[in-house]
Amino acid sequence: MSSHFLSNSFVFDHVYVESVGTTAGLLEYQGPLGSYFDKYYLDHYHGNDSYELAEIEMLSDAIFCCLNKAKIKKEDVDIYFGGDLNNQLTACYYHAFYLKKPFIGLYSACATMALAIGQASLMIENHNIERAIACTVSHNATAERQFRYPLEYGIQRKNTMTFTATGGCAVSLTPHRSPIKIASMTLGRVVDMNQYDANDMGRAMAPAAYDTYKQHMKDLNIDGRYYDLILTGDLSNYGKSIMERLLKDSQQKYKVYDDCGALLYSQDQNVYQGGSGPVCSALVSFGYIYQEMLKGKYQKVLILATGALLSPVMTNQKLSIPCVCHAFALEVTQ
Amino acid sequence: MDEKKYNQIAEELKPKKQVFKHTLYAFLIGGAIGAIGEFFLELYQNLFSISEKDAGPIMIITLVLIAAILTGLGIYDRLGNIAGAGSFIPITGFSNAMTSCALDGKTEGLVTGVAANIFKLGGAVITFGIVASFILGGLRYVVSFFI
Repeated sequence: MSSHFLSNSFVFDHVYVESVGTTAGLLEYQGPLGSYFDKYYLDHYHGNDSYELAEIEMLSDAIFCCLNKAKIKKEDVDIYFGGDLNNQLTACYYHAFYLKKPFIGLYSACATMALAIGQASLMIENHNIERAIACTVSHNATAERQFRYPLEYGIQRKNTMTFTATGGCAVSLTPHRSPIKIASMTLGRVVDMNQYDANDMGRAMAPAAYDTYKQHMKDLNIDGRYYDLILTGDLSNYGKSIMERLLKDSQQKYKVYDDCGALLYSQDQNVYQGGSGPVCSALVSFGYIYQEMLKGKYQKVLILATGALLSPVMTNQKLSIPCVCHAFALEVTQ
Repeated sequence: MDEKKYNQIAEELKPKKQVFKHTLYAFLIGGAIGAIGEFFLELYQNLFSISEKDAGPIMIITLVLIAAILTGLGIYDRLGNIAGAGSFIPITGFSNAMTSCALDGKTEGLVTGVAANIFKLGGAVITFGIVASFILGGLRYVVSFFI
């Protein structure tokens, strides 16, 4: 049976999460969700010569954990889907050689994981493949270097800034029944509300999250109360407050709303408004939420992964920031 | 969604800027850097009997060295986050801009990494410094004909 296509959304009947592998940096490990991650590292390099190589290792370890838990070999996976924040998707493609299977690189900034999950789910639902791994990785130092300033540059950070999370995440999906399934996904539209401040991503991305939220509810003909928990990717504290206001103003009904960026770190960790990066929503949804769902705390969770699709070149050319949000729903199999 | 209305909501919820706290820290830490400079200036003059004219550049070199070492140790960026312009404006800030860029390029080798990147942020200061001194020098030259 083919996936049901409803405007921008897809409903899946048999896409299941087989296993999950997560790796985290020290700060993420020290945060409130630290105990949920499979592996953590003591510093930015963990024995590698550069930050980029360290990032590749985090991805490799996450995939390894994921394969190990499912008791499969890397050749058993039909296709890998993934992406990261670097130019040319460095971390993913430089590791892809070792996987010996096709690797489809995707980029949606911090919404990459949701896009990867979505693409993998579509192929599984349509019986094209038997097993896929969706993965993502991000490293604070490589992201700072690419999008902001050198790591040791002594500049005062704006209080609206977010902190790129360090870590990797890999999720294995199959059509074979397991406790948690991917129930649906909504592909987001690119939204641009003429926001120019690259140090204020929460504000730029909140309208995209709201847009995808509304689209998801409309397509599936449900309201927010269908889900036990609704999570946005990395709007962080400021963006979360904007999102809450947008939901309130349009009288949307929902049970609990929170943000992955706000959950990943505690208030005293000096990460400005909270976490960001593609791995931020991935670590929270597949580290923390996934395990809590297995324990039975949540039944249905909607994850709205947000991404600011900015390029430093275009920011310098004074262009506004296009943003996107892709959503997927995790449900406990009945 | 209406853009104007959205900006209104976003402005309303925006975290407050801590202007007073930041100004105070910038004043105190910037002042402390100045005081350290003055200390070295006096030290070189009194202890090593160097003339005031010569002690100035030596003092500046000392501060640049200290800032570069603190950058390498990962301390200056934390100081910069607290002090803002207080540690950014003095010569130590320039030293930090150069050292941090050089450290960033370290993994790409000496020529394509360190040497090519070292002026990435500091280059703007040098460019405008040269342009400004050219204009002012030219003006001074022209004015000198009339006085």
